[in-house]
Amino acid sequence: MSDRLRINRREFLQVLGAGSAGLTLGVFRLAPALAQDGSQVFKPNEFLSIDSDGTVTLWVARSEMGQGARTTVPMMVAEQLEADWEKIRIMPAVAHPSKYGSMSTGGSTTVRRGWEPLCKAGAAAREMLISAAAQIWAVDRAGCKAENGMVIHVPSGRKLGYGELAATAANLPVPAEVKLKDPKDYKIVGKQKMRLDTPEKLTGKAVFGFDFMLPGLAIAVIARPPVLGGKVKRWDDQAAGAIQGVKQVIEVSHGLAVVADSTWAALQGREKLVVEWDEGENAKLDSAAIRQYFIEKSKEPGKSARSEGDVAAALQTAVKRIEAQYEVPFISHSPMEPMNCVADVRSDRVEIWAPTQNPQSVQSMASELTGVAMEQVFVNTTLMGGGFGRRLMADYAEEAVELSKLLQAPVKVVWTREDDLQHGYFRPGSFHVLEGAVDAQNQPVVWKHRIAAPSISGQLYPQQPPRGNPDLVDGAAQLPYRISNLLVDYVMANTALPITWLRSVYNSANAFVNESFLDELAHAAGQDPLAFRLSLLPPDHRLRGVLQLAAEKAGWSEKLPRGKGRGIACHACFGSYAAHVAEVTVTRDGRLTLDRFLCAIDCGQAVHPEGIRQQMEGGVIFSLSVAMREAITVQNGGVVQQNFDTYEPLRIHEIPARIEVYIAENNLPPGGVGEPGVPPVAPALCNAIFAACGVRVRRLPVSENDLRWS
Amino acid sequence: MPQYTLNVNRKDHVVDVAADTPLLWVLRETLGLTGTKYGCGQGLCGSCTVLMDGEAVRSCSLAVADAAGKSIITIEGIAEEKDHPVVKAWLEEEVSQCGYCQPGQILSAIALLKQKANPTDAEIDEAMSGVLCRCGTYPRIRKAIHRAAQLKGGGQ
Ligand code: FES
Ligand code: FES
Repeated sequence: MSDRLRINRREFLQVLGAGSAGLTLGVFRLAPALAQDGSQVFKPNEFLSIDSDGTVTLWVARSEMGQGARTTVPMMVAEQLEADWEKIRIMPAVAHPSKYGSMSTGGSTTVRRGWEPLCKAGAAAREMLISAAAQIWAVDRAGCKAENGMVIHVPSGRKLGYGELAATAANLPVPAEVKLKDPKDYKIVGKQKMRLDTPEKLTGKAVFGFDFMLPGLAIAVIARPPVLGGKVKRWDDQAAGAIQGVKQVIEVSHGLAVVADSTWAALQGREKLVVEWDEGENAKLDSAAIRQYFIEKSKEPGKSARSEGDVAAALQTAVKRIEAQYEVPFISHSPMEPMNCVADVRSDRVEIWAPTQNPQSVQSMASELTGVAMEQVFVNTTLMGGGFGRRLMADYAEEAVELSKLLQAPVKVVWTREDDLQHGYFRPGSFHVLEGAVDAQNQPVVWKHRIAAPSISGQLYPQQPPRGNPDLVDGAAQLPYRISNLLVDYVMANTALPITWLRSVYNSANAFVNESFLDELAHAAGQDPLAFRLSLLPPDHRLRGVLQLAAEKAGWSEKLPRGKGRGIACHACFGSYAAHVAEVTVTRDGRLTLDRFLCAIDCGQAVHPEGIRQQMEGGVIFSLSVAMREAITVQNGGVVQQNFDTYEPLRIHEIPARIEVYIAENNLPPGGVGEPGVPPVAPALCNAIFAACGVRVRRLPVSENDLRWS
Repeated sequence: MPQYTLNVNRKDHVVDVAADTPLLWVLRETLGLTGTKYGCGQGLCGSCTVLMDGEAVRSCSLAVADAAGKSIITIEGIAEEKDHPVVKAWLEEEVSQCGYCQPGQILSAIALLKQKANPTDAEIDEAMSGVLCRCGTYPRIRKAIHRAAQLKGGGQ
């Protein structure tokens, strides 16, 4: 390539870059398309490159935590690129503040936010490869088409592989506008594809954060205060230091770090430490008191999140009124891989290996903490053993950075299960007061929902008050039903217990309340819960389709004997619509069995159907686990639960005998998949319990309710 | 420190570690076999499951001294056997999500299939209830075990 061409190309790219600064996902914010070393690599944008041997490399900017990002992202790009699926290679993107747009993997965004830019990135490259072939053959490009990693000249049947075209394509301008494929021509999107991350996970070769090693890497565990927020007062590390392999005990922000040459030595060292703690302000923090605080808060005047009609007047004239109080506990994400992070902090360069859902926040945290410029902070996102929102926090990476800086050596900070359960950030608990009423025609005329709950943003970013409604009304303020007098209001009730986003965030609590109380209203109105919902949803609402689908597959209209019950619930969030039906048995002495669980999901264009099924099944089991028996409680300022004996997710013998997933087919823009399956689970379950035995569960987890009946 | 001879994945290794070191950490950090996972350290989650003389054991709760002289198989040892029917079934049923628990699941399933060539759902539940999966892959684990049983039967 001549120098002149190279310069032109760069100018072109700059112009393009400037013009598309508004494209926050940065597809066309381009690096030079041709590698400077003269190797024949075609790299039309940040997301993909094609080698001269035809290998297509895709940079995946979103974290793989089990939800399949490293498969769905390639599927979207490869479809438009007309790539040969066998020649795709995936590279986890190293954190960059802007190159890839947001890299944060939360809010079920990988597909729904990635869809447009990634499809366009693939399509732009495809068009350039077609142009390159037309140029080489000196033919009209209209006679050329791309297929399975090749460009074909249709009239003559000539073919050139993408690898052979890469060098020529690299010198072509990146088209500003591209046409996306017609969904009817899809060969990859919407088809079954084996997950690309699976094979190495079944051989032990996959490197999770916990597995990452460097030569001579020190390993540290931190002795943490028994009272949340407590500080080290004084300590004796004589016995700890005597453990073979323990190198050092050093005070850090979150406690006392025991640094060793192996995890086992570090753990034993921590056992032997004698620490006196300054308890700080939280010694009296206690779950019963937090609950009482929520209840008191719920009696204060609320701030309105949504108000329609005249609730007070309608309550006066209604024929039948019902009231109820609902509550959910704090819960833990408890991914199977506990928190951990490796950091190597030097004076002018920082490198981090973190199982993180938010590499960009790790990058800025590390830059701030060390004073090293952002460009010299390299954050590698490892595989992670589950995330569920916990890894959006940078706390554990901060510990590794702080410690590596102090030690002036690379270090891995590992958390035990106990650390993870006791020093995590939790899904907030909440308290809800509901009022509803039906008129003489058995139509619901009042819906009143008061929420008292801590705000995640309020606690994490106290300096930045929300512009609109705070997060804690998410899923409650969007009640989809047409009820003429409606008031959803809230009282923010922050506590000292750390909280963060957990799979579907406030939707999990608010959908439980919405859909349970709606069931109560249906029964008050003497109506079938499914028919009642359908009568209240606007005619074009996408929840209708999934409700009908789930109900039909469940055989909703068939009667069940006493002691068995079916419950239905639905919820829309993160761009998708889900409806679930639960079928349970409750014996007279109150034993509950989960017989069958169905979910119907409308997530628009299904990109990876098998992945969607996995997410729905997993979401159902995750939230059944939460609803059945999970709760984090606090006593004397510390979390009571310690390990999987006192915080025990559901095991294989406890899940429903049958779990069925139905995907509504359409080509609407894709919605989220990781979270939308979660919110309807608890209400479907509790509505089924009510149908089986007449006990209304208003306080989660279910295990704390007496389900005996006669 | 005492020396132990461990037979891991059909090879002898001499390791120099304290007698009470759990096998888990010896596998992961002394031998670099990180396919065996830490999940709880208390025998509660099964992520650390390996085979010892063909039986599923929790390596987090087994002192290295007690593993000496026994035959230990980890997920890496299973991978060495090309096309192992259980791994094959796991792939075909698309069991794995995050994958963290899966080595423990697979080794537990192998131990089960050795005892019972064609287990029922109830037998699967009983044998597999010690291995937690936070991603909720249980229904596929059941299916994959049935499939592996068929694959094994078909191969004989
Ligand atoms: S790590 Fe051994 S059982 Fe959990
Ligand atoms: S696959 Fe994630 S814990 Fe089992």
